Amino acid sequence: MSTPFRTPAGGRIDRATTLQFTFDGLGFTGHPGDTLASALLAAGRHQVATSIKLGRPRGIAAAWAEDPGGLVQVEEPFPEPMLLASTVELFDGLVAHGLPGQGRLADVPDSARYDAVHHHVDVLVVGAGPAGLTAALTAARAGARVALVDEQSEAGGSLLSGTDRIDGVPALEWVSNAVAELARHPEVLHLQRTTAFGVYDDGFALALERRTDHLGAAAPKEVSRQRVWRLRARSIVTATGAHERPVVFADNDRPGTMLAGAARTFLHRYGVLPGREAVVFTTNDSAYDAALDLHRAGVRVQAVVEARPEAPPHRREECERAGIRVLPGAVVTGTQGVERVTHALVAPFSDGQVGTSSAVACDVLLVSGGWNPAVHLFSQARGRLRYDEGLGAFVPGEEVDGLSVAGSAAGVLDLAGCLADGQRVARETLSALAIDPAADDRLPSAPEPVAPTAPLVLWRVPDTSGAEGATQFVDLQRDATVADIARAVGAGLRSIEHVKRYTTIGTAHDQGKTSGVLTSGITAELLGVPVRDTGTTTFRPPYTPVAFAALAGRDRGSLFDPERVTALHQWHVAAGAVFEDVGQWKRPRYYPEPGEDMEAAVLRECAAARTGVGILDGSTLGKIDVQGPDAAVLLDRLYTNLISSLKVGSVRYGVMCGVDGMVIDDGTVLRLAEDRFLVLTTTGGAAKILDWMEEWVQTEWPDLRVHCTSVTEQWVTFPVVGPRSRDVVGALFPDVNVSNEAFPFMTWRDTSLEGVPVRLARISFSGELAFEVYVSPWYAVAVWQRLLEAGRPYGITPYGTETMHVLRAEKGYPIIGQDTDGTVTPHDLGMAWAVSKKKPDFVGKRSFARQANQDPRRKQLVGLLPVDRQTVLPEGSQIVEFLADGELPPPPVPMLGHVTSSYRSAELARPFALALVKGGRERIGDTVHVPVNGTLVPVEVTGSVLVDPEGARRDG
Amino acid sequence: MAELLRTHPLEAWTSAFERLPDTVRITVEPFVATVDVRLGAVGPEVRTHLGVDLPTAPNTWVPADAGRAVWLGPDEWLLSSTTETPEELEARVRAAVLPLGGSATDVSAQRIGLRLTGARVRDVLAKGCSIDLHPRVFGRGSSAQTSLGQAGVVLLALSDAGDDHVVLVRSSFAGYLADWLLDAALEFTTTPDR
Repeated sequence: MSTPFRTPAGGRIDRATTLQFTFDGLGFTGHPGDTLASALLAAGRHQVATSIKLGRPRGIAAAWAEDPGGLVQVEEPFPEPMLLASTVELFDGLVAHGLPGQGRLADVPDSARYDAVHHHVDVLVVGAGPAGLTAALTAARAGARVALVDEQSEAGGSLLSGTDRIDGVPALEWVSNAVAELARHPEVLHLQRTTAFGVYDDGFALALERRTDHLGAAAPKEVSRQRVWRLRARSIVTATGAHERPVVFADNDRPGTMLAGAARTFLHRYGVLPGREAVVFTTNDSAYDAALDLHRAGVRVQAVVEARPEAPPHRREECERAGIRVLPGAVVTGTQGVERVTHALVAPFSDGQVGTSSAVACDVLLVSGGWNPAVHLFSQARGRLRYDEGLGAFVPGEEVDGLSVAGSAAGVLDLAGCLADGQRVARETLSALAIDPAADDRLPSAPEPVAPTAPLVLWRVPDTSGAEGATQFVDLQRDATVADIARAVGAGLRSIEHVKRYTTIGTAHDQGKTSGVLTSGITAELLGVPVRDTGTTTFRPPYTPVAFAALAGRDRGSLFDPERVTALHQWHVAAGAVFEDVGQWKRPRYYPEPGEDMEAAVLRECAAARTGVGILDGSTLGKIDVQGPDAAVLLDRLYTNLISSLKVGSVRYGVMCGVDGMVIDDGTVLRLAEDRFLVLTTTGGAAKILDWMEEWVQTEWPDLRVHCTSVTEQWVTFPVVGPRSRDVVGALFPDVNVSNEAFPFMTWRDTSLEGVPVRLARISFSGELAFEVYVSPWYAVAVWQRLLEAGRPYGITPYGTETMHVLRAEKGYPIIGQDTDGTVTPHDLGMAWAVSKKKPDFVGKRSFARQANQDPRRKQLVGLLPVDRQTVLPEGSQIVEFLADGELPPPPVPMLGHVTSSYRSAELARPFALALVKGGRERIGDTVHVPVNGTLVPVEVTGSVLVDPEGARRDG
Repeated sequence: MAELLRTHPLEAWTSAFERLPDTVRITVEPFVATVDVRLGAVGPEVRTHLGVDLPTAPNTWVPADAGRAVWLGPDEWLLSSTTETPEELEARVRAAVLPLGGSATDVSAQRIGLRLTGARVRDVLAKGCSIDLHPRVFGRGSSAQTSLGQAGVVLLALSDAGDDHVVLVRSSFAGYLADWLLDAALEFTTTPDR
């Protein structure tokens, strides 16, 4: 497609290179340096999309992120919804189409990289326009660590859109020199294409750098596409510029209607004319630059419609010389056209009264209602805003610690003023940081501006169309109009926050950059209150939309959550283990042999442990070394049972409760010395219990002479389990007398293997004769292999967590967190024996005296045996009982409890379960029912210990 | 029987580390005997008993004989020794600090060490570590308990140029951290796998 609206020369585009792209199925061309919007405009295309609710044509209305109109979906190189044509940098092969307010997420994974970088500076400057560049130069020259971030593809800010001169040279030459100087300072980080989208407490700011978006399919794969900069600054200077504000009138959404400053940007930066015949509608001086520049570029400016009673004299003279008609005391009341504006309706305007409209032909209607300082980051930092009557805009209204605003973001709207403000703010910032400014820091000079004439604050033109504001669009993205605001106010809403939510104004992708302040003004007008009383809605991050993929960064796939593995992990993998996630740990669940499913493998592994010998990698168990003269005192206070009576060389099982008396963890305790214990916690409880101990020691009992140190990964633990375990352990450690008499249950012994210290402990989580082998992870693989060799004559069988669970459940050993849920006491678990009656106090003791804890109807841990000897009850199943007449009670059927653990037992040759059941121990022998897939399965309530209740096996 | 072989959790990563450029060099530190020392107050008697000074400035480490003493907290240090076995070190240090009301625990296998050297190491670390690693702030002798990616680490600065660090990480997180580091170093790898 041809580009009839491209100027013959000029602009920041590389005319020597032509890029091909597709929009709405049509082929277009553009140049490096173009945005999708500028390239479409070069072809004369204004309409980009239709609106979300009303289906009205919508076009490019601004040149950057404030555009409420040009919403597109990119399809190639990768589908991405809800982008603005004005912020998509053009690249070869881009495929995009217009969006009616909603887009489509890709249905394939995004293969691009996204990452994050932390960076610390003295001064963060946001915005590389005249104020920001000056501020950055002043800070850099002083030797400060500086970050300068700017969202455009090149530095310059507003200077890119005009013809200004600084220090006697074209402004962009000054910009180029400034950028080169910044690059020479080693402590300056200068990032373009980087949007500071959030400011948080203590100088923390987030910025998104678009690193390879503009390269399209040519982007290198190893470089992240987008990067989140996590910036920590001692001080922040925001020099974020200002957004031009439209004026609301009827049919102001017609494509071809555009902000005046945007037209200037398209002309000077992209070498594109927005049309052939323009009408310029303004309330302030700035739009005259657009009118005059476009005129010089060959656009026929039909009229400058000046809402003020008189045009500023020097502007009027300039227009007269150019032959541009200026209509003072006039407004645009509406537009004509269908998919593109064909006429502006112009009417006299005085004292708020609109006269009769006449149509002025044009193909582009440029609008300026004044400028809104971009106070977003200041407001995010909790800075209060102040309504400036003169500007008709909100400006920073107070000092905020660690954050200053410079340039037009602070309401300074002339170039010389912005340069001076940038330097002033930077110097104040340096002073607060006790950094001296450099002697050679010089203020760049710009021509003194002609004193501006006060702008007219005009939010909307009275509606003479008869539509009562229904076509006066305030938020184009939300299709929200003056009539919607009137409806909100009519419904009694007074707060601007309520009006926002009622009308949805400001909630679209542009977050109200053009509509927010308009809504404040129009609402104030309708309520008859001053705008300062209406205020604005709260500005929140992000300033512009940020993709979730960028926020996720590298924390996806295998790096989403750390995978913790034991020292034996590679062995498990080689052995074909199927893993399960236990917290962050990868633990072998079972080791299937060829052709085995989980059920078959687990039955085989269980049988080996019950009849021969099995071996488990139990290294994930939490381990805490507790040392000091008061170690036993601490443990006595934290466990429900007595620990201090434990002899050196012995082991005791203990239960820990919270202050509410509910079980939080359990495990064994080895007394290593009078003043030293090894505390074992559950795998999931390791960090929590160390914190728990530290909390009590540090906050409640600082007098105790005791220290707790995590040694979870200092020891691997291999339980060797089963009737033949004694043979295996005895063979590998011949210097240890493994007989029951010499090495009884719940004791430990130290030995060594090839000079490597090894600790053995007679601890059983299966009810079988068992020896836990502890050794340094450095030797884990070697010792494991030696155990396998020693066990080969006995068919030693590695088993996983599933078998471990079955074996322990058959013995009624609860898993804290699976069979308990934070509402279960030791007594509920049938462990009254583990609660000391002698100790004067321990954590949780007081709660056991509560009446609710004595209630015999409390849920208690029991066993369940399905009567059909077939059904494996799903864990979590509800338990119900029949009435005396053999019928279910009427719904809602009372719930007696639920199944907490359920397995198939090789030993019992039938499935079984553990369950928490109301008054469970009283019900032993009863039959209750469990609904499974719509059928009520009868189950017998039993004691929780189903295998070897006498405990005959533990000694072999 | 042959002597028991020691295995390192990052053996499988050796060749991946070897392919890295000099600007981001990752090497696995040898196993070293290390104890976690807890001690309420540090006075001159500590040197008498222990033979080394424990640093009292927060977030620092000092050379200690043939090892390092790393400040972990107001009453906690990591003390390593390349000349003793873990058992010897624990026994010696424990005997030394017990009379002072302290304690010592062998944690030699609790963590592994990675040495990170090269001009781009600081850029790699900055991708996952939120503290300021500028050499003016984190020069030789600095240490920090912090996060790298999602792993808790102890980070030691070995040079004043910001190009030499040791990362101590829990053994179970070593594989995660190695993967994370290789991923973070990808853009500095001169011959990326494409």
